[in-house]
Amino acid sequence: MVNRFMQSRLRDLVFLAIILFALPAFLSNPFHYDLATQMAIIAATVVGLNLLVGFAGQISLGHAGFFGLGAYFSGIMTGSYGWSSIPALLVGAVLVGIIAWIVGRPILRLKGHYLSMATLAVGFIIAIIINNETWLTGGPDGMPVPSLDIFGWELSPFGSYSLFGMELDGNQAWYLFAALVLLVAVWFAQNLIDSPIGRALRSVHGSEVAARVVGVNTASYKSLVFVISAIYASLMGGLYAHFQGFITPAVAAFDFSIVLITMVVLGGMGSTMGVILGAVVLKLLPQVLADFQELETVMFGLILMLTMIFMPKGLLPTIQMAVSKRMKKKAGGQA
Amino acid sequence: MFSEFLQYLFTGITIGATYALIALGFTLIYNASHVINFAQGEFLMIGGMATVSLMAMGVPMLLAIILAVVLAGVLGILLQRFAIAPAKQADVVTLIIITIGASIFIRGLAQLVWGKEYHVMPNFSSDEPIRIFGAVLNSQSLWVLGIGAILVVGLVLFFTRTLIGKAILATSMNKEAARLVGIRTQLVLMLAFMVSALLGSVAGVVVAPITFTSYDIGIMLGLKGFVAAAIGGLGSGVGAVVGGLLLGVVEAMAAGYISSDYKDAVAFSMILVVLFFMPRGLFGAKVVERV
Repeated sequence: MVNRFMQSRLRDLVFLAIILFALPAFLSNPFHYDLATQMAIIAATVVGLNLLVGFAGQISLGHAGFFGLGAYFSGIMTGSYGWSSIPALLVGAVLVGIIAWIVGRPILRLKGHYLSMATLAVGFIIAIIINNETWLTGGPDGMPVPSLDIFGWELSPFGSYSLFGMELDGNQAWYLFAALVLLVAVWFAQNLIDSPIGRALRSVHGSEVAARVVGVNTASYKSLVFVISAIYASLMGGLYAHFQGFITPAVAAFDFSIVLITMVVLGGMGSTMGVILGAVVLKLLPQVLADFQELETVMFGLILMLTMIFMPKGLLPTIQMAVSKRMKKKAGGQA
Repeated sequence: MFSEFLQYLFTGITIGATYALIALGFTLIYNASHVINFAQGEFLMIGGMATVSLMAMGVPMLLAIILAVVLAGVLGILLQRFAIAPAKQADVVTLIIITIGASIFIRGLAQLVWGKEYHVMPNFSSDEPIRIFGAVLNSQSLWVLGIGAILVVGLVLFFTRTLIGKAILATSMNKEAARLVGIRTQLVLMLAFMVSALLGSVAGVVVAPITFTSYDIGIMLGLKGFVAAAIGGLGSGVGAVVGGLLLGVVEAMAAGYISSDYKDAVAFSMILVVLFFMPRGLFGAKVVERV
């Protein structure tokens, strides 16, 4: 029974939960919590993007556009129009989902590099609009965003809270909240992957023609997963805006789209735990490399290049393969 | 009215010719190896920046340009040999990330060597602008168009008249078959990257006096070249030239008549419209998918 549990998808979720809730033992200052919270939010975004890239095999080079739309919708509705956070997040997600559906139908017919091109274009157009509609978005200078309120209960990095008798400061509370959000994001993604929809998606990745031949409506599955991954991005963008308290067009920029897709590929396409690792590594790397000062960019590019050349399947799948190979060898030696 | 239109047209054709050269670079590498090289823009940057800094050291302009172009060519070979060739089994996305990593790396090096400032390059010939029907044409624009045209003609001759050019074509059509008839395909791929880098760096040099140059100029120019190549249809040489010119002109008209803030948005909307009606671009080959 233990064995079956270990093989089920619950294993990953429990494992992730243990890491997430043990992590505060290693976090010593507000900066650490800030970074960890950002990581959790970005990781959840990437888990959504991985549904599209890793499972359905479709490339998006414009996902920051959806993240940015979510962030700005939440920021504008709560900041300028006095909405409360939850309705803003949900309405934003629905709107972004509709936009993704409208643009997704025609562009998902495209293949390979044409699809990359089209998603890149959509992302750019969103970023340019956010940059130029200063009356609404504050333009390149950005805009402030009120803190998150959950039906009247306010969650702010500057607040203080108590949970089961523990005193938490705002950063710690936000981290725990973001960790929970990440767990829910992973749980939903795993359920989707193991559902008939997930199987259909993987068949699209394998061979779209074969999938169509056996009766899978590939077009509608592809747009469905495109919409779902855009909704992930929109919700996380909204949370990110509330957490940061201030957003600039950088949240929708092409560079950020590239960061998101790099996290997926670096961590391991198609591996939910892998892409979370990718998000953590890519968020940590600049912190580590900051010590190299002017060499930072060179080192970053070099590490990215070398990792992808020598581990084309991504970090986690490569590590897992190496471990299982070694275990097999050991087992063989003993027999 | 007319002079205004003519002015936008001149601007558009000049920048369009640059886009066309970048797009040709994309096309060449895409044809030879089916890789979209996101480091293409960095060749432009290297061309412009190396020329400027060599000239600052007292090297005469023509020699500086030649050295800069050679440097970019070597970089193209190194890129293929050490970043693309070792990863030949990788996914399309993985290859994209590798070339992105390479472009970040090259940009980082450029920033180390040349700093973050903008650099100005003098015009090739006189600074005196030419007036035609009330519109002003920068003499450098003529250089851009002339050199662009020479390169395009040169490329056509290279692919139709020389053995090496034909070897690249053969490799792009069928790698295994090319190897069977004795073409050293690895060498050919390196050559394709080199020629593509040469094209890019020349484009970077000729346009530098108009746009200025800095370590990060390659990002946007590279992307525009990718847009131009996709409009024309990836893999089509004619498409790359038409796509580049079209993109340049549409952008200049949008900047002039609509809003310069939205000129990039117009460019990206155009690619969406083109792909909506022609999923393989204007001149893209119709490919039957083999299962």
